[in-house]
Amino acid sequence: MSDKMINGALGMLKVFEEENVDVIFGYPGGSVIPIYDKLYDSEIRDILPRHEQGAAHAADGYARSTGKVGVCMATSGPGALNLVTGLANAYMDSIPMVAITGQVKSHLVGKDSFQEADTTGVTLPITKHNYLVTNPDEFVDICREAFYLARNDRPGPILIDIPFDISLGDVAWTDRDIKRLDCYEEPKPVDDELIRRAAEMIAQAEKPILMIGGGIIASGASERLFELATKCNIGVVHTLMGKGAFPETHELSMGMPGMHGMAYAALALQNSDLMIVIGARFDDRITGDLQKFAPEAKVIHIDIDAAELDKIRPTQLAICADAGDALDKLVPACKPRDKGPWEDQLFAWRKQHPLTYSMPDEGIAPQYIVEQLYDITGGDAIVATEVGQNQMWAAQYYKLDKPRRFLSSGGLGTMGYGFPAAIGAQIGNPDALVVDIAGDGSIQMNQQELTTAVINKLPVKVIILDNGYLGMVRQWQEMFFDNRLSGVDLTGNPDFVLMAEAHGGVGLRCADPDKVRDTLQQALEVTDKPVFVDFLVSKEENVFPFIPAGKGVDDIMFD
Amino acid sequence: MPNIHTLSALVKNRPRVLARVAGLFARREFNIESLAVSTTEDPAMSRMTIAVDVSGTPLEQVRKQLEKLHDVVTVMDHTDDAVVERELCLLKVEVPAEKRPEISALAEIFRGDIIDIGNGTLIVQCIGDTGKIDAFIANFREYGIIELVRTGKVLLARGHQKT
Ligand SMILES: Cc1ncc(C[n+]2csc(CCOP(=O)(O)OP(=O)(O)O)c2C)c(N)n1
Ligand SMILES: [Mg+2]
Repeated sequence: MSDKMINGALGMLKVFEEENVDVIFGYPGGSVIPIYDKLYDSEIRDILPRHEQGAAHAADGYARSTGKVGVCMATSGPGALNLVTGLANAYMDSIPMVAITGQVKSHLVGKDSFQEADTTGVTLPITKHNYLVTNPDEFVDICREAFYLARNDRPGPILIDIPFDISLGDVAWTDRDIKRLDCYEEPKPVDDELIRRAAEMIAQAEKPILMIGGGIIASGASERLFELATKCNIGVVHTLMGKGAFPETHELSMGMPGMHGMAYAALALQNSDLMIVIGARFDDRITGDLQKFAPEAKVIHIDIDAAELDKIRPTQLAICADAGDALDKLVPACKPRDKGPWEDQLFAWRKQHPLTYSMPDEGIAPQYIVEQLYDITGGDAIVATEVGQNQMWAAQYYKLDKPRRFLSSGGLGTMGYGFPAAIGAQIGNPDALVVDIAGDGSIQMNQQELTTAVINKLPVKVIILDNGYLGMVRQWQEMFFDNRLSGVDLTGNPDFVLMAEAHGGVGLRCADPDKVRDTLQQALEVTDKPVFVDFLVSKEENVFPFIPAGKGVDDIMFD
Repeated sequence: MPNIHTLSALVKNRPRVLARVAGLFARREFNIESLAVSTTEDPAMSRMTIAVDVSGTPLEQVRKQLEKLHDVVTVMDHTDDAVVERELCLLKVEVPAEKRPEISALAEIFRGDIIDIGNGTLIVQCIGDTGKIDAFIANFREYGIIELVRTGKVLLARGHQKT
């Protein structure tokens, strides 16, 4: 141990500087005042959301869009508990985050003290790891470990629960030496023999298909994936989390499979004889009925998390490795391969089963709005989504050619995620166009963050597909519960235009299909404050295609 | 049919490590048959010997999920290894004085010890592998077991093999 001492809060902020943290999304309270006191003099920007859930999602959106570790902070008890959904959300989607929570003084822990909650207990199953700091000698290295663990291996959120006396008092300062950290692991080389066998299986396959997920984005492996796909002319389907990892406008992009995916993506997987799955985890929203899922396909599964291999779908070849490291070796190991009858078939399916919708008699088609947004922005926006039908239409109709442009709650499906995530993304990417494709239900779950966007002059565009319903639930009730609509009517929604204006933002409304483009243009011209656009869409529009939960591709519904 | 495997996990001796392991088993619906936690030769480490029923979840999945926990250092499956495995059982039976010799003889068969004589009760201790303890308990059933406790098994690999 070193004999240098430093104030606890200051030591933590010094580690943040080592880690290039430039912003903290945090909300103060008694137990974190010592940290706020040191932030007062710090270069690190602090953003004050209006609810701690907003802080967590903003840190997540910042992380997804920049690739850096997002940092959020809250006080003990209620503050920490308000982070919970945001942590679970980041954990499910493997997003690198560090959450700082204040805790009551060490000697008061476990005594039901004022604003005490068992934060590490509550967050244990929804963080990659968490710490309750008990020893001031370990604190500085715990902060370093948190960043190391958040970003290395399979990324995820790490929480550090810091008693008041630790941040207020002195702690040991040690010099930075990552290799000395308890959690440090030497990178493991990718097994050449496994790569050789993968290349051989690819060479022998007649009907290969790539299925890629968020692991490609986390690893920064998009370019190497592109090399593999184009060298071997293999079609690429992507999961929701993998959206943008391979250019969706490319000839080889075969879209998104799954419950609301493209039929041609589902057909591609279903009829393949080899699935090369990289950084994806066979979520039930992708596979449906496992017994019926791509029964003829052999599987090569590459994932950094050994526990994902053979967890859901047995593999013929499992490679536990970082996606980029594996692709580094796999690309040169594979022989170039020409397109053949299989690829002709893939492209024919894509022609036969395009996404379709029709213009409704009343209200605007929500799909049309997303399509026009895509057209006007040239596909060049960072797109956050809420959850529900809006999320699926965003995934279907806003094509992305670059990674880190799609911010959507994949694993947890958290309504209210998109708006604060968009705020975090705008802070991390000040010059980018950031939109949140929202539902009228979801937006109300974190609408208080309008203030955060106004105060920080963030021109986030919130495109509300306002159908007056909790649309996705209504769709399920219509299709599987005899249209007995229960608890889904949002009559009595606030006036979203006035709401935006009341906070100091811009509010626009559009009910006319012919004015969609103009309204979007108008929204895009705002550069210094958030915009809410209330699009009155056709109320009973459903998302298609649709493979009902637990069913297979044969059960796909087109309308 | 239960399919019991015994895992030995070396874990960091940190707060909540037991909660982390137990929580993992609970939320992933892995079935724990028995769990013994103890200190080791290294004060920074604890050892958890976990007998797990893998009829529902493949053993590999249990092992890999355990290994993912940051405080878990190594996980070994010793099911097919040469190991010494032991469990300790205490059981209390109601015994009238005239039956004591009979009980004593039965305990002897299992190399058990009578370690307490109370007011018409005896506590018998037995040490052995799980099969032996099961047989020990079965044989005492007819005398009316009042209370029973077993430690769950612990094991060490034989020779120079690491546990
Ligand atoms: C926090 C949370 N609560 C409930 C749900 C369940 N849920 C999924 S979609 C949905 C409806 C969302 O309504 P809206 O935001 O209006 O979107 P729409 O489907 O109408 O586009 C609900 C309630 C959820 N995903 N998240
Ligand atoms: Mg709605």
